[in-house]
Amino acid sequence: MDAATAAISVRNLSKRYASVTAIDNLSFDVAPGTTTALLGGNGAGKTTTISILLGVLLPSDGAVSVLGEDMLRHRYRVLPRMNFSSPYVDLPRRLTVKENLRIYGRLYALRDMKARIAELGEALELMPLMDRPFGNLSSGQKTRVALAKSLLNEPDVLLLDEPTASLDPDTADWIRTFLKAYQKRTQATFLMASHNMGEVERLCDDVIMLRTGRVVDRGTPQALIDQYGRQTLEEVFLDIARGRAADGTAAQ
Amino acid sequence: MSERDTSIVRADAYFAFSPLRVGAMVMRYWYLLRGSWPRILELAYWPTMQVILWGFLTTYLAQNSTLFVQAFGVLLSAVLLWDVLFRGQLGVSISFLEEMWSRNLGHLLVSPLRPYELLISLMTISLIKTLIGIVPASLLAYALFDYSIYTLGLPLIGFFFNLIVMGWALGLVMSGLVLRYGLGAESLAWVAVFALAPLSAIYYPVAVLPEWLQPFTLALPASHVFEGMRAILIDGVYRPDLMWAAAGLNVLYLIAGSVAFLAFFRRARTLGLILNLGE
Repeated sequence: MDAATAAISVRNLSKRYASVTAIDNLSFDVAPGTTTALLGGNGAGKTTTISILLGVLLPSDGAVSVLGEDMLRHRYRVLPRMNFSSPYVDLPRRLTVKENLRIYGRLYALRDMKARIAELGEALELMPLMDRPFGNLSSGQKTRVALAKSLLNEPDVLLLDEPTASLDPDTADWIRTFLKAYQKRTQATFLMASHNMGEVERLCDDVIMLRTGRVVDRGTPQALIDQYGRQTLEEVFLDIARGRAADGTAAQ
Repeated sequence: MSERDTSIVRADAYFAFSPLRVGAMVMRYWYLLRGSWPRILELAYWPTMQVILWGFLTTYLAQNSTLFVQAFGVLLSAVLLWDVLFRGQLGVSISFLEEMWSRNLGHLLVSPLRPYELLISLMTISLIKTLIGIVPASLLAYALFDYSIYTLGLPLIGFFFNLIVMGWALGLVMSGLVLRYGLGAESLAWVAVFALAPLSAIYYPVAVLPEWLQPFTLALPASHVFEGMRAILIDGVYRPDLMWAAAGLNVLYLIAGSVAFLAFFRRARTLGLILNLGE
């Protein structure tokens, strides 16, 4: 796969702040129609990478393209085909669910907004919540609304930052099932940052392991588990976060 | 590879400017306003109190001064017009702060909404909020003190837009500062306009100020507006030169305010502040 055929392409990407290097010469591609996870401990560079991919953070060096468009120069050519969901970015709390979805429906210039909101409302079981203020919802309900917002434009590329953070296991499982079904139906490309290894094993075709802003390993969840001689991806994560290489030696 | 015409997204999602997106943002602020009667009440509360206070003061002064007998409405008009500037600035800054308070800015700025469309929507909702605040107060001035600001005639429209545009320019700079420095800079949005009040010649002519201060005063569009207002109410003369001076300055200030906001926005993108904004 090269940059031209990749849904997401990152080349020699670096982000330096005054005395901190958040990501360091990062390169990777994400194939269309796949789900890829960015894994790493706190400060590994996951959110920084996602922020640059969304165009809300400017890199120090390097290039990023999404669906063939240079995100640093032409991000508005591709933003209508992308979307984003994060538990750390809210929607207006005093507005109702329906009002929030209508506003974003207009921002994304939906052709038939009413039908689309109804469709997502049914799929995500939001219909009884439509007239309630967003701020009055539970965490699980807010996550479903945020997901509805992120799917309004039926994105070809969806960036997810910890999509099931702070959700109870039942709600988290429901969200994962929904995402899996959506991805299968639309062949959208997902790139997600997560700390939930079970979630990554279940959802992701590919895992990019980050440590101190660099790619330290990459593969399918099972390939990484085999490579590190572990039972679970969580054990692999701990190996990498603690600087142990696949052969058990200390990583550079 | 970038554009598509699916059944979901219309082609205007890709346009460099979309009235639909501006309308969506105006709708967002309108929903917020509509859903809270205290917010609507607050818009009219302060101008109303100002009119009552200054109306009685003017009534008292008119009993003791021939100047106020001749131009009863000078103070009341000044109060109302100053509030246009104040409300214009707050209308932009506070609506922008709403995005920060609600931690919604990250979602907005990864949508097809352009920063300049956001600015246009902020100015539009500022106009709506200012009218909601000022019109009832002006009607109250007529009911209580038998004074109508509308006797200023057509120049009133020019005064209004000159003052609100100056408020917008200031509001854009304040919003940019909040974007760059976070909610720690929030209080600036509330108080910055008062720093300009002594220089704006609201209640007194520019000639009253020390000579060395007058060039600074004349650099503000508001001072030309208030001089023009007094020329009509006291001398009965409309001064188009003052109106044009205010308009010319406002063009410069609005461009400067927009450039400042976009520069702060770019700086926030460089520093990675946008997804981290919040309470």
